Amino acid sequence: MTTMNAALAAGEVVQHPHAATGVLSATWLLIALPLAGAAILLLGGRRTDKWGHLLGTAMSLGAFLVGALAFAAMLGQKGDDRTNLVHLFQYIPAGSLNVDMNLWIDPLSISFVLLITGVGSLIHIYSIGYMAHDPDRRRFFAYLNLFVAAMLLLVLADNYIGLYIGWEGVGLASYLLIGFWQYKPSAATAAKKAFIVNRVGDFGLSVAVMVMFATFGSLSFQNVFGHASEASHGTVTAIGLLLLLGACGKSAQLPLQSWLLDAMEGPTPVSALIHAATMVTAGVYLIVRSHVIFELSPDARLLVTIVGAATLLAGAIIGCAKDDIKKALAGSTMSQIGYMVLAAGLGRPGYVFAIAHLIAHGFFKAGLFLGAGSVMHAMNDDVNMRKYGGLRKYMPITFATFGLGYLAIIGFPGLSGWWTKDGIIDAAFEKGGTSGQILGWLALLGAGITAYYMSRVMFMTFFGEPRWDEDVHPHESPRVMTIPLILLAIGSIAGGAFLIAGDRFANFLAPVVGEPEAGHKLITPYTVIVFALMVVGVGLAYVQYLRRPIPRTAPAGNVATTFARRDLYGDALNESLFMRPGQWLTRLTVYFDNRGVDGLVNGLAAFIGGTSGRVRRVQTGFVRSYALSMFVGAALVVAALFLVRI
Amino acid sequence: MTDHYLVLSAILFTIGAVGVLIRRNAIVVFMCVELMLNATNLAFVSFARMHGSLDGQIIAFFVMVVAAAEVVVGLAIIMTIFRSRKSSSVDDANLLKY
Amino acid sequence: MLTALIAIPAIGALLVALLPKGKDALAKRAALVVTLIVAVLTVVMALRFKADGPRFQFTEKYWWIKQFGVHYAVGVDGVALVLIVLSAILVPLVVLASWNDAERSGGVDNPPKRSVKTYFALLLSLEAMMIGVFAATDIFLFYVFFEAMLFPVYFIIGSYGGPQRSYAAVKFLLYSLFGGLLMLAAVIGLYVVSANAGHGTFLFDELRNLHIAPTTAKWLFLGFFIAFAIKAPLVPFHTWLPDAAGQAPTGAAVLIVGVLDKVGTFGMLRFCLELFPGAAKWFTPVVLTLSVVGIVYGAVLAIGQVDIKRLIAYTSISHFGFITLGIFAMTTQGQSGATLYMVNHGFSTGALFLLAGFMITRRGSARIDAYGGVQKVAPLLAGTFLVAGLSGLSLPGLSSFVSEFLVLVGTFTRYKVPAVIATVGIILAAVYILWMYQRTMNGPTAEAVKGMSDLSKRELIVIAPIIAIIVALGFYPKPVLDVINPSVKQTLVQVHQQDPKPTIAEKGSHQ
Repeated sequence: MTTMNAALAAGEVVQHPHAATGVLSATWLLIALPLAGAAILLLGGRRTDKWGHLLGTAMSLGAFLVGALAFAAMLGQKGDDRTNLVHLFQYIPAGSLNVDMNLWIDPLSISFVLLITGVGSLIHIYSIGYMAHDPDRRRFFAYLNLFVAAMLLLVLADNYIGLYIGWEGVGLASYLLIGFWQYKPSAATAAKKAFIVNRVGDFGLSVAVMVMFATFGSLSFQNVFGHASEASHGTVTAIGLLLLLGACGKSAQLPLQSWLLDAMEGPTPVSALIHAATMVTAGVYLIVRSHVIFELSPDARLLVTIVGAATLLAGAIIGCAKDDIKKALAGSTMSQIGYMVLAAGLGRPGYVFAIAHLIAHGFFKAGLFLGAGSVMHAMNDDVNMRKYGGLRKYMPITFATFGLGYLAIIGFPGLSGWWTKDGIIDAAFEKGGTSGQILGWLALLGAGITAYYMSRVMFMTFFGEPRWDEDVHPHESPRVMTIPLILLAIGSIAGGAFLIAGDRFANFLAPVVGEPEAGHKLITPYTVIVFALMVVGVGLAYVQYLRRPIPRTAPAGNVATTFARRDLYGDALNESLFMRPGQWLTRLTVYFDNRGVDGLVNGLAAFIGGTSGRVRRVQTGFVRSYALSMFVGAALVVAALFLVRI
Repeated sequence: MTDHYLVLSAILFTIGAVGVLIRRNAIVVFMCVELMLNATNLAFVSFARMHGSLDGQIIAFFVMVVAAAEVVVGLAIIMTIFRSRKSSSVDDANLLKY
Repeated sequence: MLTALIAIPAIGALLVALLPKGKDALAKRAALVVTLIVAVLTVVMALRFKADGPRFQFTEKYWWIKQFGVHYAVGVDGVALVLIVLSAILVPLVVLASWNDAERSGGVDNPPKRSVKTYFALLLSLEAMMIGVFAATDIFLFYVFFEAMLFPVYFIIGSYGGPQRSYAAVKFLLYSLFGGLLMLAAVIGLYVVSANAGHGTFLFDELRNLHIAPTTAKWLFLGFFIAFAIKAPLVPFHTWLPDAAGQAPTGAAVLIVGVLDKVGTFGMLRFCLELFPGAAKWFTPVVLTLSVVGIVYGAVLAIGQVDIKRLIAYTSISHFGFITLGIFAMTTQGQSGATLYMVNHGFSTGALFLLAGFMITRRGSARIDAYGGVQKVAPLLAGTFLVAGLSGLSLPGLSSFVSEFLVLVGTFTRYKVPAVIATVGIILAAVYILWMYQRTMNGPTAEAVKGMSDLSKRELIVIAPIIAIIVALGFYPKPVLDVINPSVKQTLVQVHQQDPKPTIAEKGSHQ
């Protein structure tokens, strides 16, 4: 135990996996089931229209069952034995590079498995109702299954290549689902934008993988983490920064945040599953999974915290200004992931809070999004909150579940957000030093703004006078949609307490991220400040959006409002920095290739053609001139012969 | 002694060559070509005599055969051209050009 | 075995060409049967190939022109084998895909008067030469196949191509002949060097061990390299490809980009590196620069294209940059990846060309802005197009990813900066593929596209095997890599290069 503590103090937690047995060795089913579902639904075509959604849901539930059994089996193992390895097949053998397709099942990945399959299954069920009238419902479920499979591969892979495959796989699923209503140009553009911005992040991840191979000669977690301390500081920092770039792309952190708001073009269950609960949190997973690397590089960690803090504020500010309910929630997602990234960058015990907040967020944000979907369902797919109002009487279940999710996210004491978010804020202050103070206060400020914008959403939607369009007749959603809402609401209430109280989750994750420090206080001075700021935020929203009537068209705001409404000019910046110059560069290059390179080739051809056109004039058609040239030629030859002889 | 034959051969060849270049009438040009051929024949035979070998004489026979064949084809072409163009000037037949 | 693979399509071509006029349907069927026989034989051969056996297998060697030391010598190593399999699988699919193309050639305003059977005869003769060029182990024989390959392609483009076919065909021919001429000079030079060393030969096995003076080696290397760089094509020798591929009938475009161009990269790997290892190392910085420029330049150009087929051609230029990058990185990963890339690129770009061709046949225009919203009317076409496109942008799980990843990793271990710049290519790839997909398939359905039919059964049979291969190789590339790796190892031994060791010397085994 003492040696172990010494190793922990040095920042090394090396997991030694052993071959999985029993249920754990059948975990390949986790990926195989939804993948098979996607394959059947995509290849089966219209024949599977009738029962496609049922199959898709069944596959997701099946994966959840396998995950739950695996979890139970893992609980039966001793703490240090909880890292299991399932060997599937040899993937890429090439010289000294040898990538295997293995599954790495440890407490961290199993937590994600349960979140993905659990929330995923609920969203599958919800979608049966939500997409009931869509002619392409089967395709939707195929993509959802594809997403679940890819996401599971992402969190289960035992090496960075497997992770990368899942990483891009979820990107593909996200692309397909954002663009699900591809006949809308806005949806198609948003899908493409999401993929391309993600690719910028993937660039970082790819280069990180290359550096790892060049440094460690292997890409498996075991080898990379096992030898990380032998690498030079510069190398480790480089890997850390490149991984951070990847995480920024996937998790919509600054400066790669711009795609997430547009991604709301996709159907609402997609926003709930992919763009709130699971996929966008993959960046947090990446950082926590690679914590060995980050622990060796304080510089990389500092940048992670800066990105997290900046994004949590940016997202919150954007959330304040949006009238589109989904975009307000998307801003909130950005902000909450900012908290997670901040926590992950703080190091131990931040990892535990990052993942705990991630899981709690998975529940309450999925619930909020699905609730928003339920509201949109009632409002003829209108997303403008200025045309909502007073819905609590008409949609009681949606109101109650949305309300619980709302209380959870603003950190109402006792609900899950309170447990996890306070933990993060405490961890930031505990970091110490000026940077710790700054990060802590920023996180506090973010919490206040969160309370404000979420109250704004709540008040504009469910309270006040109805501001509906004329032909709108709100009604509660069918049971198949409300039951998932209720289950998610339960998670929003109890999830945080279940995980954090008594360090339950910290102990569970200990084999991965290290033992928790004893004596973590639940209530600190900051808890009080957070609560106070929350009350201020709610009060401000109350004054602005409940006491005063809300105009149906958005009033022209001041500079700050415009700034927030235009996503902090993120798109404008991208457009002027990359898109416009890119277009010019493209045009210039095409011109250069056609006129320059090809012009040279064609010019050469034209030159030869022109010369021969002139030279051929010598052929006059007069026999005697030919004869003359022959004589002259012969005379020259003879003369030359004479000259040579002499 | 044979030097004189060579000089004669050179003179005949030059007359023929000049004729080919300056005359327009196809028949005359043709005859000048024959003159050149026979000038070379004379040179061949003279050299054969000088070197005491038969090679030159044999080649002279070859040249005669070729010349005869050429007369056959050439005259036929000239005849045909004359029939179609009512002219035997080589300058009029200049369609085969660039 | 190999001789049979070359002879069967050659004889088939003759037979199809000699069929009486008006028997077009018979000609098509005969061509299909012949190519299928070749495909089956090739697969049988591939299965009998022993990865751990001698380097060249199925060898045959006969005197051809004894006075000049020319042999008819054939044999395959792993690299040649996978490329022959690629050709043998693609040709029957191309035959089936261009079932009705010969009648339709020339476009609307240029009514066709071309013989149908000649088209298929040309395709068959092209197949014979493609297999021959990969199988030849005598450099003179290689050269003969290399040049002879041009003529079927020239006639196919020139007779059955698009509106600007004659321009494209002549451009293609002149470019290739120019390269071929340089190569001929180098081939003769090689013979002279070997004759001076005692015994003149063209046999690859004997020339490998020949000692060539460094300066001579550099010149000979250049002769071969420029020929291959034009074929591949490497920037700045690339401008024939967009024209040729854009004007060629779909089937021929598939074979040009899918197989023909691979002769260039194959030649670099087999001949440039192994015959002139010293010169190859000397020229490496130049080649790497050209490759990286090609990757980025080709991708940027692809983004700016307005014609679907030209766009795909430019993406290939970018991809060929990756292949040459991998070859000249001179690491196991780089070269295995490059070889695998040749195969994968053949399938994924082949599929893209085929599907673009199907779409263009329906609409009668190759311009991107002539489409829009095709997904709504032809979901199968759009779906398969997306899969092929995603393979083109190297999405993990599809075949191109493995090869591109190997190339990048293999390059990075030795040359860091080129690898990082090349990685920018993956972002640009996403832009050109997805933007094209969005403009053609997404959005509101264009008026002119409304009546467009989805893939027919014949087209589905063509595209399904390719898509299946793309997915299968994406998840399980091991069988192909196992065949390639030993040959690549031989090449690296010949150039005296060893993979750089990881900076952290490893302790323990891989997992």
